[in-house]
Amino acid sequence: MSQFVINLLFVGASFLLYIGIAVWARAGSTQEFYVAGGGVHPVANGMATAADWMSAASFISMAGLISTGYVNSSFLMGWTGGYVLLAMLLAPYLRKFGKFTVPDFIGDRFYSRHARFMAVICLIIASTTYVIGQMAGAGIAFSRFLEVSNEAGIWIAAIIVFLYAVFGGMKGITYTQVAQYVVLIVAYTIPAIFISLQLTGNLIPSLGLIGTHVDSGMPLLQKLDEVVRALGFQDYTADVSNKLNMVLFTMSLMIGTAGLPHVIIRFFTVPKVADARWSAGWALIFIAILYLTAPAVAGMARLNLLTTIYPEGPTAPALEYAERPSWIKTWEQTGLIKFEDKNSDGRIQFYNDQADMSERGWKGNELTVNNDILVLANPEIANLPGWVIGLIAAGAIAAALSTAAGLLLAISSAVSHDLLKTLIKPDISERNELMAARISMALAIGVATYLGLNPPGFAAQVVALAFGIAAASIFPTLMMGIFSKRVNDKGATLGMVAGLSITLLYIFTYLGWFFIPGTNMLANTPDNWILGISPLSFGAVGALINFGVAFAVSNATEAPPQAIQDLVESVRYPKGAGAALDH
Amino acid sequence: MTDSHSGNAAAYWSANLRLIIGSLIVWTLVSFGFGILLRPLFMSVYIGGADLGFWFAQQGSILTFIVLIFFYAWRMNKLDKDMGFEE
Repeated sequence: MSQFVINLLFVGASFLLYIGIAVWARAGSTQEFYVAGGGVHPVANGMATAADWMSAASFISMAGLISTGYVNSSFLMGWTGGYVLLAMLLAPYLRKFGKFTVPDFIGDRFYSRHARFMAVICLIIASTTYVIGQMAGAGIAFSRFLEVSNEAGIWIAAIIVFLYAVFGGMKGITYTQVAQYVVLIVAYTIPAIFISLQLTGNLIPSLGLIGTHVDSGMPLLQKLDEVVRALGFQDYTADVSNKLNMVLFTMSLMIGTAGLPHVIIRFFTVPKVADARWSAGWALIFIAILYLTAPAVAGMARLNLLTTIYPEGPTAPALEYAERPSWIKTWEQTGLIKFEDKNSDGRIQFYNDQADMSERGWKGNELTVNNDILVLANPEIANLPGWVIGLIAAGAIAAALSTAAGLLLAISSAVSHDLLKTLIKPDISERNELMAARISMALAIGVATYLGLNPPGFAAQVVALAFGIAAASIFPTLMMGIFSKRVNDKGATLGMVAGLSITLLYIFTYLGWFFIPGTNMLANTPDNWILGISPLSFGAVGALINFGVAFAVSNATEAPPQAIQDLVESVRYPKGAGAALDH
Repeated sequence: MTDSHSGNAAAYWSANLRLIIGSLIVWTLVSFGFGILLRPLFMSVYIGGADLGFWFAQQGSILTFIVLIFFYAWRMNKLDKDMGFEE
């Protein structure tokens, strides 16, 4: 059976599963559409949250990012540490509040249409930018594994999401996400286990990473340091000098994670406050299975790649281009691997271009490898059987679809519930609101598909934008709404405006106005960054500004009315959460 | 709603705040502390083949985060029961 047929079988079977679940879990009311009826078991919600959270970027790109070395550990700590904040500072209280959306809470707590409207705008920008990446990721996975064009891949992804998200709402999405989690985690861990066994003899990849490299008898990380050093790269485990930036970047990812609306609304689906707490723990366990495996994949795949290019060791001559393995040929066709024989010796010199290797007769790095390959080509690099490759295809697509569906639900509920029902037409019937929710979901899928097909030039930077917005606007405002009775409508609104605008200003200064190339006022290099803080790390600073402005303005103006202080009081105590949903 | 046991309510809320602050101190220590800022101090301490800071940055902090959330959920759910705020 050809690889194409195997991939088709795996992906096709996973699609049948998702659609079957969607038919079984149709939403009949707005409550089912927005929060799955509020009756999801905390473990199932944890699994759905994990699939919702782990995007095409986590599945495909993260190991590649980490494989550059210690400095990118920020992604690991940042994208998991946010769940601690979510579990202790947001999820239980928002569950007790018991409504459907994030702007619901901000609008009610700060008794302000302006604050609610700001929250809707932040939510839509953060979620829309995020969803572009998912559509693009699904497109890549389809085009590589199913031999269709990128465009066709995006259309297929849109149709599948449409089928289960529009009809099933949160209920359909939740149970498909549980299935998608299983598919993606199996797909991610199986190749990692094989590779760990080959390199270190250890069944558990995380233990393999800190274990011994079988061929050399050295610790794996020490071996890796030795190989990359010989090729002019920085040591894999080398420490970083700009600790301030690493701290702020990690912090921005943490509070950005806790402030992303599509993650927060998942905790509205469990029955009780106590379940919201447990559920955050379960979510992190399911996420950690991938996030503990990723650094092992990163280190081992990098070592594997370098051993393939330098079979006799990094100080001996490199591999001849004519003898390159078939996976390099496959990936050359996609353009993700490029070779140029700069010194015309027929061998593949792959090393750090910044290092001077002229004494070895090398005239520049000859191999360009896209980081995304590490996970996608992992099974081929390690000579694993064809069904593992089919599994990776289904897993990458599951990761993209599950996150896209969660984001689309956050967008459509903000439009139909917050904009239409609360701000424009409060007397809309439940039936019509449900219809409006489905129509806005379909529209959101349309916009996402359009943006996936015609990606704005800034697709790579948009994740920074989504996290910057969530960190600087949504997280601080929610937290103050729960932990302070003193912060009022004016403070919250101005805090959001200040945090958001200063963060955007900083990002646009270095990355261009609205990411239009050439419109940046300063070059995006560490020398130009204020105090060495990169635009990607600025969300944490934006959050501080939000907190500062909100407290200063609130203290200079009148305290919130008694009814609002009672509302804050009520979200702090779990008693009565079950009833709160039946409003 | 909470007037009938407002003294109890204040005690419940400050117990929650204490628990959160304690947990976040550990959260800070393992990630920003051991994983980033304190790494140079522990370069000679090894966990398997990794120095302590590298291990915390790539594995230890994540494992600690899981323990923290479950510890918090267990303590708070127990507090809900003991102080009469359970649903």
